Order: sequence, then C-alpha cells, then structure tokens
Amino acid sequence: MRHTISVLVENEFGVVSRVASLFSSRGFNIDSFIGAPTNEEGISRITIVTHGDESVLEQITKQLNKLIDVVKVIDFSDGSGIEREMALIKVTAEDESRAEVLRIVDIFRAKIIDVTSRSYTIEATGNPNKIDAIIELLRPLGVKELVRTGAITIGRGAKGWAG
Amino acid sequence: MKMNGARILLECLMKEGVDTVFGYPGGTVLNVYDELFGCKEIRHIMPRHEQAGTHAADGYARATGKVGVAIATSGPGATNTVTGIATAYMDSIPMVIITGQVPTALIGNDAFQEVDIVGITRSCTKHNFLVKDVNDIAPIIKKAFYIARTGRPGPVLVDLPKDVQIAKTEFCYPESVELRSYKPTTGGHPRQVSKAVSMLLASHRPVMYVGGGVILSNAAPELTALSRLLSIPVTTTLMGLGAFPGDDVNSLGMLGMHGAYCANMAMTHSDLIVAVGARFDDRVTGKVDTFAPHAKIIHIDVDPTSIRKNVRVDLPIVGDVRDVLTKMIKKVEKSEGDQAAYRESLAPWHEQIAGWKEKHPVSFTRSSAVIKPQFVIQKLRELSDRDAIVSTDVGQHQMWTAQFFSFTGPRTLLTSGGLGTMGFGLPAAMGAQAAFPGRQVIAICGDGGIQMNIQEMATLVQNRLPVKIVIINNNFLGMVRQWQEMFFDKRYSQSCLELPIDYIKLADAYGAKGFVASKPSEVETVIRQGFAEPGPVIMEFRVAREEKVLPMVPSGASLNEMLLNA
Ligand SMILES: Cc1ncc(C[n+]2csc(CCOP(=O)(O)OP(=O)(O)O)c2C)c(N)n1
Repeated sequence: MRHTISVLVENEFGVVSRVASLFSSRGFNIDSFIGAPTNEEGISRITIVTHGDESVLEQITKQLNKLIDVVKVIDFSDGSGIEREMALIKVTAEDESRAEVLRIVDIFRAKIIDVTSRSYTIEATGNPNKIDAIIELLRPLGVKELVRTGAITIGRGAKGWAG
Repeated sequence: MKMNGARILLECLMKEGVDTVFGYPGGTVLNVYDELFGCKEIRHIMPRHEQAGTHAADGYARATGKVGVAIATSGPGATNTVTGIATAYMDSIPMVIITGQVPTALIGNDAFQEVDIVGITRSCTKHNFLVKDVNDIAPIIKKAFYIARTGRPGPVLVDLPKDVQIAKTEFCYPESVELRSYKPTTGGHPRQVSKAVSMLLASHRPVMYVGGGVILSNAAPELTALSRLLSIPVTTTLMGLGAFPGDDVNSLGMLGMHGAYCANMAMTHSDLIVAVGARFDDRVTGKVDTFAPHAKIIHIDVDPTSIRKNVRVDLPIVGDVRDVLTKMIKKVEKSEGDQAAYRESLAPWHEQIAGWKEKHPVSFTRSSAVIKPQFVIQKLRELSDRDAIVSTDVGQHQMWTAQFFSFTGPRTLLTSGGLGTMGFGLPAAMGAQAAFPGRQVIAICGDGGIQMNIQEMATLVQNRLPVKIVIINNNFLGMVRQWQEMFFDKRYSQSCLELPIDYIKLADAYGAKGFVASKPSEVETVIRQGFAEPGPVIMEFRVAREEKVLPMVPSGASLNEMLLNA
C-alpha cells in the first residue's frame, strides 16, 4: 500500500541524510522524498512517499520518531492530507500536434511556460494521479524531458501540524 | 573567563562527572591532549588500539552503569573506533566518543587524515554531532551525555574540528537540556500495567523472558522481587544473565540457540510470556512462525521500535522497565489474597519445568584425560570472588561461560551480545578493572579472539590493571569449527589455528605472568596461581579440541527442536 508521511525535523546538519539513510539501512522503500524549510524557525519538513504493509509502516513511523532530530511524524494514510505535485514536461510540438498539446494543457489546467517552433514546455500541478494522467496523454506526442517534484502534503482543516 | 575549545571539552567532562577516559592521541586532538597534560581530575588510559579504547569505555560503562568516554584522532583513529561503537550500539551501552576532525576550512577537501566519521557512524550511533563553533561545544557535550544515558541508552559521537578546539570563548555549562524532538517515554502507562497484572494472574504457565534492558535500567532487584512474589519462572537472554540469580529456584537459565532445554521448552509451552527489556532477537526466538505458539505476549520496553518488530505482541508497555516492574509489584501486593493462591496454582507448571530440568540438565561429559572447557568455567566460578566481573570474547567459550558460570548479580557479565565482536573481551575487562581496581576481573577468551586485541596486555601492565585473562585454547576457531562439523560436512576451511603460541613467553614479553594447564589435574592449580598473582595474568587451558556447545537450536529451526547431543 502507498503511504505519504510528513516528517518535521530540526534544521540540523545532516538531518536529511539521517532520514534518508534510515530508509536505506532498514530496507524501507522510497517512492519520493522532498525536504525544505517551513514557516517555523529551525524546522524543515520532509515529505516521503513509501509503500509497504501495515507492519512496515508501523516500523517506519516508530523508527523515524526515534531519530533525535525528528520533532513529529504525521502519517496521512487515512486520507487526512491534501497532496500536490508539480511537473515540468517538455513535449515535441510540430504541425498538427501543437493544437493537441494545447488542448490537453487546457483540460488539465496546466500552463505553457516555454515555447519554440518545435516544442512546448508545460508546468502542471495537482494530485500525483493527475500528473500521471497528463503525462500519459502527452507521451504519444513525444515527451523529451520530464521533471517531477514528488508529492508534498498538508493536513486538511484549520489546524496546523502543531495543533 | 575565556577558554579554548579543548579546555572547554575537559571542563564539560568534569561537569558530567567523568573520572576516566580511554583515548589515543593524534594530530587533530593534540590540543585536547595538551589540556589533559597534568590534568588531575581525569584519569587518561591509553590503549594500544582505538578499537580497544572504545571497547574499554564500553566495558567501563557496562560494569558501572555510567557513561563511558573514548577519545580518538581524526581519520584512522576515528575509523578504528567503529567496531567498538557498533558493539555498544547493538547492546545499548551509554557511551560518548570524541573524535578530532580536520579544521573546518578543510572539511570536504580530502585533507590529510580526514574522514567523514559522522557519516560513517550514522547507522551505528544513537546520535552524532559535528561541532562547527566553539560556542556549541558545551551545549553539544551536555546533549551528548543526556542522549547517551536516557531512554534506550547508546553511543553518541562528537566530532570536534581542530580549529574549534583552538578558538576561545566564555565557558558556561548549560543547567538543563531542551530537545523538543527527543522526549523518551519512561513511565509505563498505569492502565497497561493493570492489564498486565490481570493477564499474569490469569495465566497458568507464565514465563518472564528477560533481556539486557533489565540490567541497563538497574531493575534486577525489582525483577527478582516480582518473580518471587508470584513464583514466576525466569529465563534470560545472554545479555540478561545476572539480572536474575542463576542459582534461584525460579531460574530457567538462558534460552535460545544455546539455551537450556527447560528454558526453551518452557517458552514453547507457556501461555503467557512477559518480555522485559528483551527484543526477541533471532538467536532467541528460533523460527519465528513457531515461537511460543500458545502464549499471549506482554512486551515491556523503553524503545517502542523494539515492540512488534519481530513477533506479535498482545500487550505493549512502553516505559523504563524498572518503573513498570515497580508498578506491577505494587499492583500485585494490593491483591493480598490472590498471591498465595496464584503461587499454588502454578504447582503443575513448576512440576513440568522440574521434569524438563531433570531430563536434560545443562551438563557435559567429564573426562580425566583431557581438559573439558566447561570444567574450566565451573572451576573458575568455584574459585573466583562472588562479585567477580567476567568479560568474554565471542565463540564457544562465550556460550560455555553463559551456561556454566551461573551469574548471580547484574553487571557481572560483560559480553558482546548483539554484534558478537571477537576481540571485545580483553579491552572490556580493562575498562571494568579501571572502574573497579579492587575487584576481581576475569576475561575469558578463545585462542582466536585473544589475538584480536592482545596488544592491550601492554596497557594492563602499564596501568597496573590486574585483569585475569583466561584463554580456552582449542587450537581452533571453535565455533566456526562446530558449524563446519555440523552443517558443512566437517570441511574445516580456515578454522584451524595451526600455529601454537607460547603464552607464557607472550605474557613475559609484555611484563606479565603466564600459566598453562594441559591436564585436568592442573586446572585448579593454575587458577589458584593466576588469582593469587597481584598483576595481570594469562592462564592458558589447553582443552579438548573437538568439544561442542550443546544443546543447540540449529539456525532456522524451532526452539523445541534442540540438538541435545549431536
Ligand atoms: C571480529 C569477528 N570476526 C569474526 C567473527 C566470526 N566468529 C564467531 S565465533 C568465531 C570463532 C572464535 O574462535 P575462538 O576465539 O578461538 O573461540 P572459541 O569458539 O574457540 O571458543 C568466529 C571467527 C566474529 N564473531 N567477530
């Protein structure tokens, strides 16, 4: 099963590699891994998408909590989070296919951010499933380059992570 | 008053009550050594290898319960400490390791003797720090000691660049530690404790399965009290030996791969296992699918990650085992009438256990022709002080020590349980002897493992540490030989130690004394001579070469599928 976990960490030296190496040394999977600072002084947030059964997930959360620099671990498996991802997609766009690309971009409410006579570069954001979908539609037209950020998640509702 | 970083480090150590450190100098710690010169408050012991220094700090910690401290220089000094750190990490031993580092401006440049020791030790320390500013030394050392000794204890490494040791600032040691991200749970949840007691009083075939956590949290008296209150049989892991008196009527001895038949049978037939500070290691459970098939499991541990890692658990209690056991005792004592009735109700269970004990006691076949290694261990117990501290290396002699020494007090057995580190015994004994100069300290080693840190003989002699080194010499890497015999068709690939070593001359070369026994009749004399000697001693016992450690649960088999005499 796929799980999205947010890890709030102290901005200490080497903390990202601590979290990442925990996954590798214990044989946990990483589908995507993003870390960046937050609005709170000294705290960064790492969002990890992983997969495994319930007992694996339990060990992952416990082991993350055990790291000295980890302030909080939030597991969004219950659907309590909103997930977003961004992708930059460079597609071949010549002659008739130019219109087709524009149509797809329009349907997905994506943006063209760079144009040449032979290509479009598209910025798409949304739920990771939506990103998958737009890529699938563009692929037959010729995707030259693709960059995805991996998912980030925030809890639903009025409360912040600290309550 | 302004001080340099190296001085601040020493002041911090004094504030933490450190009286002994084990360290080896080198370029990046010369400033620290300069401050140590003439320092009266801290005794510095220089091992002959940094691995041994780390094991010595570990032995000191295991024997005393205090945080052990080791110092090493950058690069090769730091990498030499890794085996010692990993050994302590696997057994949850509180330790602080200080390593020198190249100046901050050179970090990352492949400078002379630079190594990323923080990166290297990330997975074998509880936590580690790189100090980048002299103002951070005091708060980081404070945190390092706090992290090392609280919660589930463990080693913490502090990497200290040379320029940070030279820079000056005001010294101010923080009063307390504030770590918003580190708050170990120590008090067991009262409702869970109540449930545990109810489950206990409802069980008919209970066993307490005890690990090193009981020793780490100084809970041996509480454990013994609870067992006696309800007459509950106790089995311990290798790391738990000494947490419960081995000669108590309720003692089942050690369980697991080389455990007692009665212990493994009791686990298999039990209807309730109370796991206390133990982690269901694979050497203990045997095949997990068939482990304790009829038992409900209560698991008490300070580390939540230990719970449900390897086996299903019916009642988890996260907390310091001493706190939890104390609460359980109180709860049991309140239920006045039940105790006696409960004890009585266990009569059939005790009878069954007595039957197993009688059927297959932990024993060996005696011989008057060759020295049996088990006989040496029995004699050592008989002739040693009651409060003697015993360390071991890893191999057959370690298991025989576990089976036949009958440990009665906590912190009297120092052994590498988790990592299984050959070369641990001698330096660990050295650390314990430094902590307790007046106690008898015995290092029991194989002829293989003793070679891994034999150079520490020099440290023993120089520092007047009268460790009694016992070499169980079977001319083999005995445990390897045993596996090859049993599982590889007696193809003894690289397990015979061809070259006989003259241990009397060896001891002599280091300025110590050596004694040798090659006949059973000489065993007692040699032990008496060795114990009577005021300084460090080697006692070599040339034992039966082909003896096996039995019983044995082959790896991957179930606990009740023991080979009793293969
Ligand atoms: C550093 C290290 N290397 C290798 C091993 C694997 N090993 C485990 S037991 C053993 C044999 C030990 O032989 P010896 O020290 O003679 O003790 P004995 O088994 O004969 O009592 C070996 C090689 C180990 N545990 N540690």
